[in-house]
Amino acid sequence: MSLKADETGARFGAPPAWLWKTGSLITTLAMTFFGLLLVTFLIGRIVPVDPVLAVVGDRASQSVYDKAYIELGLDKPLYEQFWIYLQKMMTGDLGQSFLTKKDITEDILRVFPATLELATVGIIIGTVLGLPMGVLAAVKQGRIADQLVRVLGLVGYSAPIFWLGLLALLVFYAQLGWVAGPGRIDIAYEYSVTQTTGLLLIDSAMQGQWEAFRNVVSHIILPASLLGYFSMAYISRMTRSFMLNELAQEYITTARVKGVPEWRIIWVHALRNAAVPLVTVIALSYANLLEGSVLTETVFAWPGLGQYLTNSLQNADMNAVLGGTLVIGVIFVGLNLLSDLLYTLLDPRVRRRG
Amino acid sequence: MLHVPRVFAAASVALFAGLTPPAVQAETPADTLVMAWSIDDVISLDPAEVFEFTASEILGNSYQGLIGYNVENVSEIFGVIAESWEVAPDGLSISFKIREGMKFASGNPITADDVVFSLTRAIKLDKSPAFILTQFGLNADNVDEMVVKTDDNTVQFKMDKAYAPTLVLYCLTATVGFIVDQKLAMENEVDGDFGYNWLKTAYAGSGAFTIREWRANEVVVMERNDNYSGEAAPMARAIYRHIPETSTQRLLLEKGDIDIARNLGAEEIQALADNPDIVIDSGVKGAVYYLGLSQKNEFLSKPEVRQAMKYLVDYQTIADTIMKGKVTVHQAFLPKGFLGVLEETPFELNVEKAKELLAAAGVPDGFKVTMDTRNTPDITSIAQAIQQTMALAGIEIELIPGDGQQTLTKYRARNHDIYIGRWGPDYQDPHTNADTFARNPDNSDDAASKPLAWRNSWEIPEMTALADAAVLEADADKRAEMYLAIQKDHQQVSPFVIMFQDIEVMGRRANVKGFVVGPSFNDNSFKAVTKE
Repeated sequence: MSLKADETGARFGAPPAWLWKTGSLITTLAMTFFGLLLVTFLIGRIVPVDPVLAVVGDRASQSVYDKAYIELGLDKPLYEQFWIYLQKMMTGDLGQSFLTKKDITEDILRVFPATLELATVGIIIGTVLGLPMGVLAAVKQGRIADQLVRVLGLVGYSAPIFWLGLLALLVFYAQLGWVAGPGRIDIAYEYSVTQTTGLLLIDSAMQGQWEAFRNVVSHIILPASLLGYFSMAYISRMTRSFMLNELAQEYITTARVKGVPEWRIIWVHALRNAAVPLVTVIALSYANLLEGSVLTETVFAWPGLGQYLTNSLQNADMNAVLGGTLVIGVIFVGLNLLSDLLYTLLDPRVRRRG
Repeated sequence: MLHVPRVFAAASVALFAGLTPPAVQAETPADTLVMAWSIDDVISLDPAEVFEFTASEILGNSYQGLIGYNVENVSEIFGVIAESWEVAPDGLSISFKIREGMKFASGNPITADDVVFSLTRAIKLDKSPAFILTQFGLNADNVDEMVVKTDDNTVQFKMDKAYAPTLVLYCLTATVGFIVDQKLAMENEVDGDFGYNWLKTAYAGSGAFTIREWRANEVVVMERNDNYSGEAAPMARAIYRHIPETSTQRLLLEKGDIDIARNLGAEEIQALADNPDIVIDSGVKGAVYYLGLSQKNEFLSKPEVRQAMKYLVDYQTIADTIMKGKVTVHQAFLPKGFLGVLEETPFELNVEKAKELLAAAGVPDGFKVTMDTRNTPDITSIAQAIQQTMALAGIEIELIPGDGQQTLTKYRARNHDIYIGRWGPDYQDPHTNADTFARNPDNSDDAASKPLAWRNSWEIPEMTALADAAVLEADADKRAEMYLAIQKDHQQVSPFVIMFQDIEVMGRRANVKGFVVGPSFNDNSFKAVTKE
């Protein structure tokens, strides 16, 4: 029915569906970003912290203080400050850090690859482990395998990442010596890899620096596994429940009656259908990791977005906080869009409706 | 059934096994000193602006000033870029003779013009530490007449009053007095900024090391300066890695991935004490811990209450158990190592005495106050210990935790009852602390100068006059006596419960020798560090 209505609409000159969709998407995006920036901006002004103090320090004379106050534009009314910020942002200028006077865009471009690399390896580990574990738990519902997966998931859910991180460092780095310690790369390799993408795994591989590549791997493996463990906990739980739902459907019974091999039923029929909502779960987990996991980055001395944002926030460096928030917003919206797109690919019903 | 997970599992194992190196080498290169420190306070590398601990230390190893002092005995002042100096008979100026043949790391010679440029630049840029120089009556308008080159090798520094020469000399040892390569800075000048925007992240000095790179919150890389006038540093490189977490620093140190851990907590220090590969070093630093009692509060403004509170802190126990060697008990506003320091510690926990004093003040049952507490582990623990002992005499303290900037904002606005603070001297002269603890020229809300005495609304015209007189005393012995007298009075009557002096503690690998822990951060030196 709906299909027909759409077709009729298009025939009689109403905007085509894709235009309508794009338009509403852009409006939603604009409103999301505006809201995001406004709220962050206001929070930055409401917190009882004097941003001038962070810039000039506790010892500065009144004249130095006043000068910085005006330089930061704090003498202007709030709406004007926000308007100036928005105008600049429209031209791609995220402004300068209050503290270091460095361009925020430059700063973020420097710290973001570290987070991107860590989060990507993390989500790959999380998905590769979480998905089969969830399927296993669903298939063996109520049996030992299921209980094990659930306990593992529960630990992942409830153990503080900070503590787990330190423990992992103590065992795998300090005691066993299997992996390298905190940081992204050893000092010895620090300058042997030229950073083009900022993703050290890719940079070192592209330059054929295999020694450095191994070093980067041995640095990233522990924090990424830790992050992977946390997303694994979430992904396996969700996979389990989606799979249980699918396995109870009538089409599965039909398939079984028809004599389709069990592995095909699970991995092709059921998982294919469970995969649709799972895409969102994985995308959201990924987005969470990309926000920069503050505690993991602190324990592993990982110079990423999470550390950058925390530090900026503590110093009331609001330009930097706004810039970081914007990047996170873009990531969230981008990944949501991506999972929408994947939906269309995976689910023929969505494709047809679109 | 379920073949696929097995394949997955096998693939994952293969992946991990293939990628993880069999053994990870944990050793720093022999010609590189690697330190772990929380370097997130670095906001600039320009000597005209630097005022933070870490950046001060970085500059102390990469720039040179006109003069320096012996870190073992700070009263021993010697020339660095200046060969000698002469105070004018009227005391209104000092002439510095510039040493010949010295070079910046760039290869440019160090000249009298560079000295004039650097001091003038710092005053005209007027950043946070500029007051260290402007307090001698210099400002952006008159500095061109006040700091002048009198001949090719001589620079004259003029002042508005005949200040104690040691005060001027010590101020010039601060990082704001470090000499910048004029030619290099001006090549990078934009819109008359004296190269400020460039120098914030760059380097134009003449010290033992050059600053190769600073990546905020990540790393500072320094390299040996081949044009250094002194003895070449044994280390080719010195690297600061930003490791914010203290237990991570400990692991790295134990494993040998760093040579020195700079932010060990009390627990880490204790845990490392038995490790034969690690040596714990410490040195007294200038910062003092104190309670500031606002005189706007009706209870805290009573003299007996102020006195009573000084008997309600268990100084020694806090130093021994909570801070475990990271502080030493100290009760006067001048830190140990300063001219005229008062080393007596007349106060200890004495609840009976405190109760008597409270009764005399008319509050025998105590009262309620709040204390703004920075939420760092050390400050929080000290505050809680104080809260307990104060309660023994009926003083009920409510702790208001907040982040550093937040509590400071409130303190500076005089909106606190009690503030637990830490104050470090800005330069090596007693005036730096007297100026803030014992001077309050104007107690009104819109005062131009807002020292700690002002923040606590303590009106002290007589003590201010005494502190002002001490600044002009040319005789060092007499000056020391003046400061002693001020501190004795201050110790008893002031609304400051001064409790401890900082001790900087660091853990180093036993094979790393020669790191000097000086009284201020720009005195910390790794110029002579060697590795065996």
